[in-house]
Amino acid sequence: MNPIPSVENDKNLFGFWIYLMTDCVLFASLFATFAVLRSSTFGGPSGSEIFNLPFVLTETIILLTSSFTCGLGMLAAQKNDRRMVLAWFGLTFLLGLAFLILEIHEFRNLVAQGDSWRRSGFLTSFFTLVGTHGAHITIGLTWMAALLIRIWRTGLNSGNLRKLTALSYFWHFLDVVWIFIFTIVYLLGFIG
Amino acid sequence: MLSGYLYLLLFICWGLLVSLMEKNYKVHLHTSTYIAGYIISLVLSIEAYLIVKHGLLSRRLLIGSVAVLAVSQLITQLIAFLHLGGARKSKWSLTIFAFMLTILITLVAGSLWIMYNLNYHMTSHSTDTYIIHDEGISQ
Repeated sequence: MNPIPSVENDKNLFGFWIYLMTDCVLFASLFATFAVLRSSTFGGPSGSEIFNLPFVLTETIILLTSSFTCGLGMLAAQKNDRRMVLAWFGLTFLLGLAFLILEIHEFRNLVAQGDSWRRSGFLTSFFTLVGTHGAHITIGLTWMAALLIRIWRTGLNSGNLRKLTALSYFWHFLDVVWIFIFTIVYLLGFIG
Repeated sequence: MLSGYLYLLLFICWGLLVSLMEKNYKVHLHTSTYIAGYIISLVLSIEAYLIVKHGLLSRRLLIGSVAVLAVSQLITQLIAFLHLGGARKSKWSLTIFAFMLTILITLVAGSLWIMYNLNYHMTSHSTDTYIIHDEGISQ
């Protein structure tokens, strides 16, 4: 059994946890902006006219599953099973990439219909909030790819294990943020 | 009837959550925690989607239910995936989380309050009329 470092016994991870909490505040300000501007459509479409709920549910399930496989990867790390760590995190990477591709597809469709961020205050805040989440996913994927190559080459030493734990916190955190984007932006937007 | 079913499901989820918290995972992570967290999250997401997509409740009840489902899922994932509040001794991570929540609520509620108030005072031509009416000022 490989002891997994935690926020409570590793000061680097503790620092990373504080970063995650400040990132929450960044998202909170974007959520507040969205909540204020959600009815400012300036004659453009409202949420219920442009959101495709089944599509968004698919994105949600993909991201949730990737959060789960990321956790299974951490369990493999605990068992010191490098192959399974690479397999589970590889799957996490692919699911994250699928999520990102779906999100880009949604954005491209909206822009092609003429509903870009320039259309109204509502769409500006929508693209900023969801786009910031997407940017975090992109950074997470880059980080994951780099770390997986590192683990593949140098194994599960304590430094890599700590980095992997930080990455798993980051990834679970992004899924938690997505729950609120799904609920506040899409579901409440659909209710109107 | 449907809201009864909804609350029943929520109760089951919370029962599972409590049993998760009882479990002692100070040192090692457990597969069962992750599987339970995943299944509960999946159920909550799909449930929220179904009630909204098919408009199964009245508007007000729908908004309340969706909010409750989101917060339930937040707590589920914080416990099952981020291991918040798992160990018995005091946790600094939880303290920082609580502080972040304070800032978050102040920021969001404060922004909405200020912007609503600004809207109330500045939007239309008849602003003076309804402010005089609402505040009970006689000219």
